[in-house]
Amino acid sequence: MKRFKGFIKKEFYHIFRDRRSLFILFGMPIAQILLFGFAITNEINNVDIAILDHSKDATTEEIINKIAASKYFSIKQIIEKESDIESIFKKGKVKAVLNFEKDFSKNLIKENKGTIQIITDATDPNTANTITNFIGAILQNYQKDLNKDITIVYQLIPESRMVYNPELKSVYMFVPGVMTIILMLVSAMMTSISITREKELGTMEILLVSPLKPFQVIIGKVFPYIFLSIINAVVIVLLSIFIFKMPVQGSLFLLGLESVLFIISSLALGILISTISASQQTAMMISLMGLMLPVILLSGFIFPISSMPLPLQIISNIIPAKWFIIILKGIMLKGVGMTFIWKETLILLGMTAFFIVLSVKKYKIRLE
Amino acid sequence: MKTILYIIQKEFKQIFRNKGMLPIIFVLPLLQLIILSNAATFEVKNIKFGYIDNDRTSTSRALIEQFNASTYFNVLTDFPSEALASSAMLQGEVDVVLEIPQYFERDLQKEKHHSLGVTINAIDGAAAGVENVYVTQIIQRFNKQLKVDLFQISDKQIQPVNIETIPLFWYNETLNYKTFMVPGILVLLVTMITLFLSGMNIVREKEIGTLEQINVTPIKKSQFIIGKLFPFWVIGMGLLTIGLILVKLIFNVPMVGSLLLLYGYTSIYILVILGMGLFISNFTDTQQQAMFIAWFFVVIFILMSGLFTPIESMPKWAQILTEFNPIKYFVEIIRMVMLKGSGFKNILPLAVKTLAYAIVMNGLAVWSYKKTN
Repeated sequence: MKRFKGFIKKEFYHIFRDRRSLFILFGMPIAQILLFGFAITNEINNVDIAILDHSKDATTEEIINKIAASKYFSIKQIIEKESDIESIFKKGKVKAVLNFEKDFSKNLIKENKGTIQIITDATDPNTANTITNFIGAILQNYQKDLNKDITIVYQLIPESRMVYNPELKSVYMFVPGVMTIILMLVSAMMTSISITREKELGTMEILLVSPLKPFQVIIGKVFPYIFLSIINAVVIVLLSIFIFKMPVQGSLFLLGLESVLFIISSLALGILISTISASQQTAMMISLMGLMLPVILLSGFIFPISSMPLPLQIISNIIPAKWFIIILKGIMLKGVGMTFIWKETLILLGMTAFFIVLSVKKYKIRLE
Repeated sequence: MKTILYIIQKEFKQIFRNKGMLPIIFVLPLLQLIILSNAATFEVKNIKFGYIDNDRTSTSRALIEQFNASTYFNVLTDFPSEALASSAMLQGEVDVVLEIPQYFERDLQKEKHHSLGVTINAIDGAAAGVENVYVTQIIQRFNKQLKVDLFQISDKQIQPVNIETIPLFWYNETLNYKTFMVPGILVLLVTMITLFLSGMNIVREKEIGTLEQINVTPIKKSQFIIGKLFPFWVIGMGLLTIGLILVKLIFNVPMVGSLLLLYGYTSIYILVILGMGLFISNFTDTQQQAMFIAWFFVVIFILMSGLFTPIESMPKWAQILTEFNPIKYFVEIIRMVMLKGSGFKNILPLAVKTLAYAIVMNGLAVWSYKKTN
């Protein structure tokens, strides 16, 4: 036990002596969460559009003003002919062109019908679709004003209530995701090279002949990093609460416990990578190239898992981050307790145990 | 010249001798391109839908039938009470709940209109917005049917003014997500590989101590750097080539513009990334530090590149920051060239910025390299 304590102490010294790395370890996640919390949003705002008005009458002017007044669009250009559309799209200057037919308001009065083309640059399908829907909604409102005198009978009106995030803030979606990504990757990267580094520098052999048991070496290596990651987690949670006004509806204590569990699972994953790779470079490439994109794309951080093809939905289950994001959103936004997230917690526990057992096994093989 | 060739030869040998790295350099990224591209979709599908029918009349059943018939809502749960529905929503088992009040049919006939409660889980605000649009569309369709089928009122009796919109989706009529995402993800993978490899490389020699040995040989710094970086440039171009072939074969992404233009641009772009890698190498003492810094920038570059979320929705200061993001330029250009067929003139402003970036970055890298030695 005394030897073990000594070993942990040495590991702590190792880490805290390297000021530069410490600065990187703490400074970067803070910078990242600040940057992303403020900048990343999948809301559609200030989309640049162009107008092609063949009619140029009072009604079209009124509609154009309505659209310009909305926060979703800014009118960047007025164009005169159809052939201009292609060239402004190719330059990537605007995302949509509104094309009013000739004699728009005349037709509206005479035939009760006027036509507007909404031409979108659909290379980005999401934006194109949203633009079309938003302009459609603005036009419908305008139409309602025109039809004030006609009462429409037998009409059902849906009254939607948005729960857990009534203002549809995208920061509620992104902060838990960014928290997860940062905690997971920082933790996994830290430990993934801790053992390979010893191997590469040749100090591993010294450890191997020491009387410490393999699992003691691993625990000793992980322990200081648990400490570091917890500080990291605390900082991130404080930032999200005080700067991004993320609510914590549920228990802060539970949030802490779950975060520690997630940190340990990521550290254990790092150790596993460390035991299977021969050099720091390989370990780093596995933890960066191998983890980063799958975690960003398959965890439900940005893209909804339920919309993915079935095989990917199944694969997403092996990403620890997916479960942690569900837990985070549950505690922070829905205010649920253990009764609602025991399944996710159990899965994370199981994964952690699996990583640890596997790395101890792999580590033993190296001993022989 | 001969010296450079020798160094290049040595570096290539070193890369290809490491059998563990080869699959990581070539197989891992391409595998991710093939698999993960399918995950990147903002489409909202398979919405978990529940309803509470307190009326249980033919009208309420007809309304629910509309949701049942829609392809967006595929799991339907009949909740006996509101309490059970909200608990299911907490649990995450249902995302949209429609509540039909008691005496719904009777009141509708009497008062001619009626409101309906719809509860939507809005944690993912964007998805919630789309779900709301779907619900509204279905109910509007049902309104039309109500008038015609159930109450026998023809549309002709009421003639409101109607503004008709015709949506036209250019360059991607089927609104296929993969067409949009796959080229962007290819950019990411090429960038990550070249940055991580070059960023690691020199600091590794520093850490192991072999850099000092090279420094005492009569080789010039510029020769050394070119010799070091050239293999990674080749790997980046190679990855792009294999990636483009896969993009065509597997995802059938169109290549409307000029392939030559794309390659020309990429050859400049990779220089920016290599300059960054070298710069990182110069400012760090261990591979660990280099790795963390590379990771820091890559995460920022990815999330602020416009690849997943639109740049124009970011606040102004963030939009200015993205001007320093090389991935942003490449993502924009690969999409412009491949999907819209933008030509040399269209991409010129972006390409000039990239070129300037490459010159500044490599200048800084070479300058700082001299200083540290």
